[in-house]
This record gives sequence, structure tokens and C-alpha cells, in this order.
Amino acid sequence: MKVLVPVKRVVDYNVRVRARSDGSGVDLANLKMSMNPFDEIAMEAAVRLKEAGQVSDVVAVSIGTDACQDVLRTALAFGADRAILVKTPEAALEPVVVSRILKAIVDEEAPQLVLMGKQAIDDDCNQTAQMLAARLGWGQGTFACRLVLADGEARVSREVDGGTRTVALPLPAVVSTDLRLNEPRYLKLPNIMKAKKKPLDIKPLDSLGVNTSTDIRCLGVSEPPARKPGVRVESVEELLHRLKHDAQVI
Amino acid sequence: MTVLVVAEHDHKILSDAGRRAVAAATALGEDIRVLVAGHHCRAVAEAAARLQGVTQVLLCDDPLYEHQLAEPLAVLIAALAADHQAVVAAATSHGKDVMPRVAGLLDVGQVSDITAIESPTVFQRPIYAGNVMARVCCEERIRVLTIRTTAFAPAAEGGQAEITTIAAGPDPGVSRFVEDAMTRSERPELGAARVVISGGRGVGSAEGFGLLEAVADELGAAIGASRAAVDAGFVPNDYQVGQTGKIVAPELYIAVGISGAIQHWAGMKDSKVVVAINKDEECPMVQTADYALVGDLLEILPSLRDGLRQMKA
Ligand SMILES: Cc1cc2nc3c(=O)[nH]c(=O)nc-3n(C[C@H](O)[C@H](O)[C@H](O)COP(=O)(O)OP(=O)(O)OC[C@H]3O[C@@H](n4cnc5c(N)ncnc54)[C@H](O)[C@@H]3O)c2cc1C
Ligand SMILES: Nc1ncnc2c1ncn2[C@@H]1O[C@H](COP(=O)(O)O)[C@@H](O)[C@H]1O
Repeated sequence: MKVLVPVKRVVDYNVRVRARSDGSGVDLANLKMSMNPFDEIAMEAAVRLKEAGQVSDVVAVSIGTDACQDVLRTALAFGADRAILVKTPEAALEPVVVSRILKAIVDEEAPQLVLMGKQAIDDDCNQTAQMLAARLGWGQGTFACRLVLADGEARVSREVDGGTRTVALPLPAVVSTDLRLNEPRYLKLPNIMKAKKKPLDIKPLDSLGVNTSTDIRCLGVSEPPARKPGVRVESVEELLHRLKHDAQVI
Repeated sequence: MTVLVVAEHDHKILSDAGRRAVAAATALGEDIRVLVAGHHCRAVAEAAARLQGVTQVLLCDDPLYEHQLAEPLAVLIAALAADHQAVVAAATSHGKDVMPRVAGLLDVGQVSDITAIESPTVFQRPIYAGNVMARVCCEERIRVLTIRTTAFAPAAEGGQAEITTIAAGPDPGVSRFVEDAMTRSERPELGAARVVISGGRGVGSAEGFGLLEAVADELGAAIGASRAAVDAGFVPNDYQVGQTGKIVAPELYIAVGISGAIQHWAGMKDSKVVVAINKDEECPMVQTADYALVGDLLEILPSLRDGLRQMKA
């Protein structure tokens, strides 16, 4: 059984990004880039299924510029068998377009399971997995904190407001990961070396014949208003006094 | 413009988030229809019909929607969407699950987590954990939108819409409900509470959260947590506040033993007043809070509880 894992290259979660002063966008030059943390969790889940003998092939796919090869190498170091880069002229793509491209890749690769992140930490959209599942007509297990494959089904426990919900999805299905599904492994040097030799296919976007137009566009960005500087209080009494009389919130 | 609002509910009560989605919809158009899809859920439709701005309630009462699974719901919503220019839901875990599936079926883009509506096609939304605000223009033939509940007040009562019963859609048969494990709490709901007190890794244990509970009791507060506190198993996962957890914007947010990572700030930075209780005066929570009390939470929390009691007396 084959698993497809879409991985996105994003600004590292430790980096604080800023809007350009002219509001035209976010300055990404020279910032540390990494695999989207949720996609690392998806990679880890896929590799564990392979280690458990439930999965034979793990294929990572990234959509973006040539630079995405670095996150695909990371995916290979995690234990993916091969990787696909769908090469696009621009890095920024709307989830609706990404889901169309992923649909084309799924049609070619015919995986039984697509395991992906619930959310990219740059656009914070939380859309692509659900859109892809809709296009495929497959079941979706979003925000997964537990995943078990048995009897041709994926059993997914999902983190929802109010607690956890478990659903069963006949395969093939799309599963999107939440933070508590697992803790991604630390990548060891021999695996990083081995990854360099694994196959990485580059497909130009036009070879897929996908419609890349969208009627959503960003008009500009800005910094959110800064908070006023705060004050240090010396005691519980002072805190309560200020909350009651200055802030008037208690 | 005709707007379809997808109401969130538990088959009995229309959620606060659903009321906020209705209020947001009034900024998009005049003709606002609310879809209530569920099982034995007429009371929800009646509540929706009483909201100001609502012109019609579409009631779809069928066992197919008992567990609010995204797959059958999205098919129903996408079919109805054809007669509307926009479909709106709250960006709760339910809205996040269902709405992109609707957009996928319609092959249109979605705008997630809207915090302001400038015009029926121009929206603001946070990106990069709220470090940057984006202005987004959406001119899709059907605009699929989710709204951040903390940015919109709930719609007021005072409407008198008619309720129309509609037939259930098809069952795609690609998912099955197994079970729910819900955390019960007598406290106000995190997303809607006026006061939230959250604990982090510094609280140290599940028992440590008892100290927060005692303060929360005095304040009528909801309890939240950082990711580290959830990961450590001190509290259930749905307590997590942050970029990838719940978004809260209470009048008062008290962060106890939370260092203030950007991912945590992303979930509470619109709180009116932020209080930090932390032993590390250098940490970002102390540096940025409106009021910071530096010290050991194990000593501070009991005296905070006592102080609150005295104030009431
Ligand atoms: C993709 C991604 C998404 C994330 N999403 C979220 C999210 O949604 N929400 C979230 O919260 N985090 C999120 N995180 C994690 C985030 O980066 C931080 O790791 C996390 O918020 C830290 O939690 P903390 O502040 O409780 O723990 P720590 O950073 O360990 O801080 C503990 C604090 O407790 C204080 N302390 C310890 N003992 C005491 C004492 N006795 N008295 C007083 N103070 C004490 C310490 O001084 C310290 O400041 C995410 C991370 C990633 C990578
Ligand atoms: N350009 C991309 N290449 C590969 N996967 C992507 C890309 N964009 C989004 N994804 C996948 O979709 C998930 C959700 O992204 P989003 O809907 O943008 O929040 C990510 O965690 C990835 O798994």
C-alpha cells in the first residue's frame, strides 16, 4: 500500500516574520525555511506505518520552486522512498490551486492514503486536505491525533472543540495531522546521507495540465497594532487593585 | 446578495459561534439564509429564525446529519450554495472541517479565519500566527468564508424569519462515526468566556491546575492551556489556546507559567487585558503583558484566590 505525503516549505516556526514597510508582502529573503511542522508529523506517521509493515511505499510531494528540494530531501531522510517536486514559477499558491495539483498527482500515483498537515503555518489556511478529499470523493479525517489502519479502513481520532471524535474511513482516504499525533524523530546523519541518493522527480507544472487560476488575491499586508507597554506589579494586592480600578475588568 | 450561513449546533442549541457567523453575514448582504442540518433539530431552526437579519431558515432534519460528518454535510451545502453568492461559517473545528470541503466541491478558493469585512469582496485575516495581517480580495463566483468568532459579536434577537423544510442530500458513504470522547465542564466555554485563566508547563502537573481552578471559580473564568501543558497531559487537548488551538479574546486573560511563544500569543493577543504570572521576568509573556507579576505561581495563585474572595466579601 502506498501513502502520499504532501509537504510544504515554509518559514521556520521559530522565525518572527514582518510585513514589508510598503505593505506589499512579507520579506522572506534570508529567513530560515523548514518543512511545515504538521507535515513533519505526517511524514513521521507515514514512516511509522511503513516500519510497522502496513505500508510499502511512502512518496513525498512538494509544490513550489526549486528551493523545495531541501524539504523533499528532509522527507527522504525521514524515510520516504521517493519524492516529487511539482515545479512552479512562484512559491505562493492558493490552497485551491494546490488541491487541484495534488489531485493530478493522486491520479497518477494512486495512493491508498494521503497523509498531510492540517495547516501550513505561513498562510494558516487549514484548507488543502479537505479540498483534496472533496475532489477525490474520499473520506477525510481532519486534525488527527490518532491513526490506525485495519480492515481496509483508517480509524482516525480527531481533535475537535469539546474533545476527541473518532471516525472510520474506508480507504482510500485523506488524513490531516494535528500536533499530538506523534513526535517527529530526530534525523540522523546516515539517513540524511542516504536521502541524497534517493530518487527525486521534477515535474514542471504545465506537464500536469492543471488550471492554476484563482479569484483570490492578496491586496497587501500590515503589522497588527502593537500592544501598549505593560506595567510590572509588585504584589497580588497591587494586581487586584489595578485590575479593579485601572483596567476595570474584575 | 444572498448569503448562506451554516449554523453550528448540537441539535438542541444554536451555538454562540453560529450567532456570530450570522452577524458577520449581515456585513455581506441583505438576504441571509441559515442552514440548520441535523437530527431532531427544529429548536435550533427556531432559534435561528429569531435572529436579526435572518430572512429564511432552511431546516434539513435527517439522521444522516446526526454526527455532523463533513462528507454528507458538504454535499448538501455545496448543492444549496449554487443559489447564493457567499457561504459563511464560524472558524471552529466544525467549520474548519466542513467548509474547505464545500469549496473543494465547488472548485473555488476559500478565505479562512476572517477578522474584518471591508466590503462584500475584501476581507482581513491573520497570517503567520497573527504576526501579519493580510487584506484579501475574493471574487470567486461563490465566496466560501469562515469567520474568526472573536472578531464578531453574536447576532441579536428580534428577527422573525420563516422556516422552510428541505430534503436531505445524498450520503457519499465514505465516513462513519465511531465515538465521541468529550470533556464535560461546568465552566463557561473557552471561546466565549469574559475571563480566561490559562496554565502552561510551569503549572507542573494536573494537580497544579487545581490552583487555577480555584481562581477561576472566583472569577467565573474558563480555563485554557498552552500546548506544552496539553502535551504533558495536564489538561485535555481542547484547552489549547494558540495558532493551532482555540482563539480567545476575553476581557481578561491570565497566563500562568506560560512563556509566551508566538504560537501561544496568536491565540490570545486580542484579549483586552493580559496578565502574566511567571517566575522569569525575561520571558515574552512578562515582557508584553499589560500587568506582569513575577514570582512563583504556587505562592501567587492561592493568595490571588484569597484576594478575590476578600474583594467579594
Ligand atoms: C506548529 C506549532 C504550533 C504550535 N501551536 C501552539 C499553540 O496553538 N498553542 C501553544 O500554546 N503553543 C503552540 N506551540 C508551541 C509553542 O511554540 C511553545 O512551545 C509553547 O507555547 C510553550 O508552552 P509553555 O509556555 O507552557 O512552556 P514553556 O515555554 O516551557 O514555559 C514555561 C513557563 O513557566 C514558567 N514557570 C515555571 N515554573 C514556574 C513557577 N513555579 N512559577 C511561575 N512560573 C513558572 C517558566 O518561567 C516559563 O516561562 C506550537 C508549536 C509549533 C511548532
Ligand atoms: N505547496 C505545497 N506543497 C505541498 N503540500 C502543500 C502545499 N501547500 C499546502 N500543502 C499541504 O496542505 C496542508 C495544509 O495547508 P493549508 O491548507 O495551506 O493550511 C499542508 O500541511 C501540506 O501538507
